[in-house]
Amino acid sequence: MVDTGTVGGDGSPGPTIAMHMSDGLVNAPTAAMFGLVAAIGLAIAASRARADLDERTAPMAGLVTAFVFAVQMINFPILPGASGHLLGGALVAILVGPWVGSLCIAIVLVVQALLFADGGLTALGTNITNMALVGTFTGYAVAYTLRRFAARSRTGLLVTAFLAALINTVVASLAFVLEYAIGGAGGAGLGTVFALMTGLHVLVGIGEGIITAATVGAVAAVRPDLVYLLRGTRPAVTLRTPGEAPR
Amino acid sequence: MGAGHAHPLYLPGHSPVHRLPAEVKIVAALLGAICVVATPRAAFGMFAGHLAVLAVVWGIARIPPGWILRRAVIELPFVVLAVLLPVTGPDPRIDVLGVALSQPGLLGAWNIIVKGTLGVLISLTLAATTPLRDLLLGMQRLRAPALVVTIATLMLRYTDLIVAEAGRMRRARLSRGHDPRFLWQVGATARGVGALFVRAYERGERVHLAMLSRGFDGALPHAAEGAPSRRQWATGLAPAGVAVLLAAAGWSVA
Repeated sequence: MVDTGTVGGDGSPGPTIAMHMSDGLVNAPTAAMFGLVAAIGLAIAASRARADLDERTAPMAGLVTAFVFAVQMINFPILPGASGHLLGGALVAILVGPWVGSLCIAIVLVVQALLFADGGLTALGTNITNMALVGTFTGYAVAYTLRRFAARSRTGLLVTAFLAALINTVVASLAFVLEYAIGGAGGAGLGTVFALMTGLHVLVGIGEGIITAATVGAVAAVRPDLVYLLRGTRPAVTLRTPGEAPR
Repeated sequence: MGAGHAHPLYLPGHSPVHRLPAEVKIVAALLGAICVVATPRAAFGMFAGHLAVLAVVWGIARIPPGWILRRAVIELPFVVLAVLLPVTGPDPRIDVLGVALSQPGLLGAWNIIVKGTLGVLISLTLAATTPLRDLLLGMQRLRAPALVVTIATLMLRYTDLIVAEAGRMRRARLSRGHDPRFLWQVGATARGVGALFVRAYERGERVHLAMLSRGFDGALPHAAEGAPSRRQWATGLAPAGVAVLLAAAGWSVA
């Protein structure tokens, strides 16, 4: 939903639109239910992340999380007077994979709630469900579906990253609409909330998509080996000595 | 644990609230926020009670109310959003200063504003009295998975550094004539984000090697301090206990 701008990035001043829900947007049973969903989801993500990242390499995930935190401070303009900030769900899903990625986003959300009063404590479950679980996995599912297209050319990769980020943002906002439908505490009709959230997040998602695409493109140009999505899609390098016939 | 990077919402002090173990404060803040959310919206007096509990905590922690209220403006955009509800909400309408407003909409807006604001005030109180390293210790003692604690520790240690690096890259762009005003101008920013990722990841590789060469075996060393005493739990959870009573009282009057 809406939160204030953090440290100024490149965007215009004014309110920053993102999806950190505050306390009281959904009632207590709904908050508790999604708290449980988030806890179970994170437990699964943490155990699966170990396969991508044995425990010794956790420092790398820590640095990637710090990167997500820094990236969330970059604002981009959406409408006159309002700017969005990057959420980074699709970005980390493409770069480090969905398991580590969702863990990174969830840790960022926990730290933001505990240390920066950004997003309510009781809304932590819904926030983690929307952004770390639903958002990241939707983004990865889109990217994975288009993987062959992404591996073929640079344009393919950029289009894939753009779509993954756009769909990630919109679907995460739909998850909020679902939570609001289950236990919304406001007086607004579901139709109004749906129209407002989807409309706003299509705009946010376009910004997110453009930045995600350009970022993934920049990483793929320098260190394609770091792009999780492209792992295993490139032929292995073979060493040939002069006298040997090429295979 | 390491350098004294204080986070921006920390207010250094030596009050009894500052000295409480972090895990007690985390649990108390979470309980308090749950009670606020569980209080029925029409029990207006109980919200004043929640605020009074917080005010007492601020008094003990020596946090000036002005200091915390200035930082509570983080909530402001929500308030703006909530103002829309009475206009767009369903009937029945009531007259407020000559404007017909939706009654459920008004109640909904009040609900979001009061619970959101109290939630932010609780989080701010926790953040103002808990330094980074205590928070990590608290997470560790609350049995957060070791992998999560390790990632969070590294993240908090390096966030300042990565943010500063992003700031330097931004200044470098600006000093070379970069002036993004529209979304289609984000190319340079986004390439900067890409470069930042590669730098952060490669720094992670170096940090990992440095840790390995100093004997890191997959788990961060545990802190020597013992678990909080029963008395500390009782003191720390007292405000949350009052909040539970307030929420229960709210249900009996509403």
